[in-house]
Amino acid sequence: MLQFFLRRLGMVIPTFIGVSLFAFALIHLIPGDVVTIMGGERGVSAETRAELEAMLGLDKPLWQQYFIYIGGILQGDLGTSYVTGKPVLSEFMARFPATLELTLCAGIFAVAVGLTLGILAAIRRGGWLDHTVMTISLAGYSMPIFWWGLLLILLFSVTLGWTPVSGRMDVMFWVEDVTGFMLIDTLLSPAKGAFASALQHLLLPAIVLGTIPMAVIARMTRSSMLEVLGEDYIRTARAKGLSKGRIVAKHALRNALIPVITVMGLQVGMLLSGAILTETIFAWPGIGKWLIEAINRRDYPVVQGGLLLIATLIIVINLLVDLMYGVVNPRVRHSK
Amino acid sequence: MTQTLATKPVSPLAEFWSYFSSNKGALAGLGFIVVIVLLAIFADFVAPHHPHEQFRDFILTPPAWTDGGTSQFLLGTDGVGRDILSRLIHGARLSLLIGLVIVTLSLAMGICLGLAAGFFGGAVDSAVMRVADVLLAMPPLLLAIAVVAILGPSIVNSGLALSLVYLPHYVRLTRASVLSEINKDYVVSSRVAGASSLRLMFITILPNCLAPLIVQATLGFSNAILDMAALGFLGLGAQPPLPEWGSMLATAREFIQSAWWVVTFPGLVILLTVLAFNLMGDGLRDALDPKLKQ
Repeated sequence: MLQFFLRRLGMVIPTFIGVSLFAFALIHLIPGDVVTIMGGERGVSAETRAELEAMLGLDKPLWQQYFIYIGGILQGDLGTSYVTGKPVLSEFMARFPATLELTLCAGIFAVAVGLTLGILAAIRRGGWLDHTVMTISLAGYSMPIFWWGLLLILLFSVTLGWTPVSGRMDVMFWVEDVTGFMLIDTLLSPAKGAFASALQHLLLPAIVLGTIPMAVIARMTRSSMLEVLGEDYIRTARAKGLSKGRIVAKHALRNALIPVITVMGLQVGMLLSGAILTETIFAWPGIGKWLIEAINRRDYPVVQGGLLLIATLIIVINLLVDLMYGVVNPRVRHSK
Repeated sequence: MTQTLATKPVSPLAEFWSYFSSNKGALAGLGFIVVIVLLAIFADFVAPHHPHEQFRDFILTPPAWTDGGTSQFLLGTDGVGRDILSRLIHGARLSLLIGLVIVTLSLAMGICLGLAAGFFGGAVDSAVMRVADVLLAMPPLLLAIAVVAILGPSIVNSGLALSLVYLPHYVRLTRASVLSEINKDYVVSSRVAGASSLRLMFITILPNCLAPLIVQATLGFSNAILDMAALGFLGLGAQPPLPEWGSMLATAREFIQSAWWVVTFPGLVILLTVLAFNLMGDGLRDALDPKLKQ
């Protein structure tokens, strides 16, 4: 077990070095140099240029710059934003809870709906329910989620007027920032109606972001469930006279879930990158919107730091999923 | 009973077609793709108007079948009076062309790197596969955004970014197929007969590795179109006034309250095209995968 943990951990280090090299290269590969960009339209004099280059460490050889960069990262220094002048890490942390809340709710939606649909389709194989679920799943799989978001806004916000178009909260509420999760903060605050407002704002973005993972999970659950339902031990359970519900819930589901869990783990990366699109559509103040704005404003330290942080997050989550999978499934643990 | 047993062996192509055509979804996908490809090729003749021509008197005209619509603009016009149908048809040309370039680039590079990794093994293999692992650790869209951030937003740059993003899939797939072929008798005998490395790689081994690559390339097409549209939507891909489907949606956002047709049709076309490629890819996989064949 320990050996498996260490081996898997060892695989993370080269990946992280690769990602950091990529992020480091980013600032050196951009067309034009950083100092000129910072100088803006007026340009910079030779002395200021030398001064700025020394300040940014650009006068040192590349490999030294890389090690200084890595040293900084390990101490939590990801540079400062050209636009706001604040450290990238604190800007990231200020926006991360919004993205996390959105991603978690989207994940819960995807798992709850995906699993239910997949199981129902497998039990009613070949029926209209099965066909409907497979069609939904196929459409969800191919859905451009930025368009799906616009369609839902068109239906629920514009035509029916049920949900707001953008943001996390009505401007009429002010809620103290305790956890950063709007749903929890509004419950803790005395403001009446704030929770309902936060929930209304969250609903559409979470559904939009959760759609593709939901389709993937439904499809996987169905096929894995069908495979398990054909096994001998299920026939035995049926022959013993167990009820259908009990067979599905107690006997089949447990084994059918193993491949589904892997798929869920793979969806985490998809959720985080999908959040970039979803946040742009719904003006959700998270890291995705922040990153896109930074690219448009050529705020390169933010782009560099933001990409590195998101990539690291995904690497860590994938590692956790793999480790958990190793705990659940001994075959993975012992394979090379 | 005068029934005779079939003695003539079925040609591989005919066998493939009988499997493929029994899959209705795959056939529907293929049909849609043929239509879209024809529209894209003959866009100049099929499209009723020029995609950039602005009809100033017909700004935000609704589709022909609704109140206030005119048969001059079947799917209505956008915020500056351009015909949406014409833009969609020309957009098909753009999307398919870019998809083709992306898939060809990443397939060609992926085959070369994968062949080298599988054939030579050792240090070449480790180097190629470690880089591929790093690229695979990041979600495709995020990686593409990073590359576009370096190169600057444009349709060419986002195409390059996406070819890089899909590269590792082809590398891994090619390498895996090469490893399963390389010790088979026909390769060994060819080697003993004195074939050069290049000949062994490209003429002896490669043709036997093509089936999974064809399937992946078809599915890669749908990913390329979807991600390209996403980049266009974020303002990082095609720039206005190019009639690219994703960037059409981006400019349509401001009319979401007033003109539903500007928002609805470009997305519908993206959905249908991606769906068609996915259906066809699934059909190809079922028809080409020997494991699923009895």
